[in-house]
Amino acid sequence: MRRLLLEGLLRAPLTEAAPTPDEVALAELATTVGRVARRKLGRSLAIREVDAGSCNGCELEIHALNNAFYDIERFGLRFVASPRHADVLLVTGPVTKNMREALERTYHATPSPKWVVAVGDCAADGGCFASSYAIAGGVSQVVPVDLHVAGCPPTPEALLKGLLALVERQSEAARSS
Amino acid sequence: MSAHHTFTGRAVDAAGWSALADDFAQGRKTLSGLWGDRGAVHMAVLDDKALEVVSLDCADGSFPSVGQRHPPAQRLERVISDLFGLVAEDAPDTRRWLDHGRWGLRYPLGSARKSDESGDPYGFLHSEGHGLHQIPVGPVHAGIIEPGHFRFTAGGETVVRLEERLGYAHKGIELLMSGKLPGEAARLAGRVSGDSTVAYSIVFVRAAEAALAIEAPRRAHWLRGLMAELERVANHLGDIGAICNDAGFTLMHSHTGILRERVLRAAQAAFGHRLMMDCIVPGGVLVDLSAAGHEAIGELVGLLRRTFPPLVSLYDGTTSLQGRTVDAGVLSPELARTFGCGGFVGRASGRDFDTRRDMPYPPYDELKFEVPILAEGDVNARVWVRIREVEQSLSLIEQILDRLPEDEVLIPLPSLREARAGLALVEGFRGDILCWLRLNTDSTVECCHLRDPSWFQWPLLEAAIEGNIVADFPLCNKSFNCSYSGHDL
Repeated sequence: MRRLLLEGLLRAPLTEAAPTPDEVALAELATTVGRVARRKLGRSLAIREVDAGSCNGCELEIHALNNAFYDIERFGLRFVASPRHADVLLVTGPVTKNMREALERTYHATPSPKWVVAVGDCAADGGCFASSYAIAGGVSQVVPVDLHVAGCPPTPEALLKGLLALVERQSEAARSS
Repeated sequence: MSAHHTFTGRAVDAAGWSALADDFAQGRKTLSGLWGDRGAVHMAVLDDKALEVVSLDCADGSFPSVGQRHPPAQRLERVISDLFGLVAEDAPDTRRWLDHGRWGLRYPLGSARKSDESGDPYGFLHSEGHGLHQIPVGPVHAGIIEPGHFRFTAGGETVVRLEERLGYAHKGIELLMSGKLPGEAARLAGRVSGDSTVAYSIVFVRAAEAALAIEAPRRAHWLRGLMAELERVANHLGDIGAICNDAGFTLMHSHTGILRERVLRAAQAAFGHRLMMDCIVPGGVLVDLSAAGHEAIGELVGLLRRTFPPLVSLYDGTTSLQGRTVDAGVLSPELARTFGCGGFVGRASGRDFDTRRDMPYPPYDELKFEVPILAEGDVNARVWVRIREVEQSLSLIEQILDRLPEDEVLIPLPSLREARAGLALVEGFRGDILCWLRLNTDSTVECCHLRDPSWFQWPLLEAAIEGNIVADFPLCNKSFNCSYSGHDL
């Protein structure tokens, strides 16, 4: 174990340079994140992930955000265990009818100000499951959505770009308020 | 080369059906699947390395319960009732399973009728005793995981009973598939459980190819095998780290996380998608392996050969970690055998079965590998089976890279003259996945059933956690790593 720890200290970090915030995401957020942002949030956001019925592909890539290459916590973004602690709900999946109430309740359990990021093509509009009897639709059919991150599943880089756009926009809004 | 198994479908009467239930209960045969159809029910029966589909006509809307004699069938029968409205006579558990009363209709695949969406009450099983308390968890969990509900009954810190309630991720995939061409339906199959997208794609296209009576080109088979092994390695690495993380040992998680990311990047370089989604289609594969892709995977294997063994030593040499994993969440070999439990869960409890070896399909019929088996059945054994399987998969990848045959990778699909059924069993990272489908004369999918390995693992988690402390549940759960989406379909 000592050897592994020592190598970790001596080697250059694997962590890659921050991607630039996604332009499309910034444009989408310009209309949604406004005066509500509070200075007290600073540049730190607590994220609660909610799987509303995904195939679990999106979860794999959200997990990857924590690995050494993406190291999401360096941006002040961290995953928390309860919606009560969260600023952002990161919602995946077409929302299944069996999960609709759980998603609504999670949203209401999250204190304001809060943002909802819909992750993946299914979360946008139900994706390839949209026409099913068991699907309520995209996330915005159930709770208000501030930002969509596209992809099936979105790459960790795309997720990071979207979340960084949220941080940028939110701190800009805080400065100008 | 005759790659497809000759899966025979056989009609039985009610007595023959019940006789099979007895065979399962006595351990003479293994239940590998049980699903509904319009006016019929089917069972996949595994008998000493031969798989057979047995069908029972139930025009009167009912059939003799298998679950009455053989508990692994109980949840499957509840689903047949939910989706088709076919009733298992004298079934011991008639509560709805996937149908939570939210769909706005009952029996969506049978004689559908409208209902409201207000939700059904659900009666959990009772536990009685002094000082027992209940802990409800989910469907929204604390981690980045899929939705499901766990109802614990605990006496102090010890779990007396765990009851699962699943179905939250039910997307109605079987009905979505119907009427689609095999190529379109394959996209859905690849999204039944995202972590097994390659294995699900393979099992679906193999069933479709069996129905179409075609054989994919040899190189396509080998590339499918390559993707399947990359998927297995990526998932096992993720799991090994996550299990250690749930035991409070984050160092392992950090390192396996790096290795997993390297696998996904090699997959991206070789096949154009990190999880290799939609690369496998009926008739072959969409992406051929370029020289650059070949090199990327070769480098990956070299890297893993160097960096994985020190992590294995780390696991082996950290007694505080093993203090958590040894003797935790023990699954008995008897239960694993009764449930026909596949994958690392079954193989860590002595069930010596691997589709790649026991019912080989290309390219595994031409490759050398071993199937690691342990008997202890605890979290530690499930970690070790994964470790050994990573090593075997690396060897398989090397063999595939060395001997990858030159051939085309995709052939056109023929048109059908008659409606045909197809069946396939494929070893995903979690265990054996079953696919049975029937194609219409216009080649569209009439019906398709996909059975995730988790069907025969989820119920065993309830057994394995009994007598453990509540705080060890995440650890035990991660060591099983059942699929919610694959189960809920």
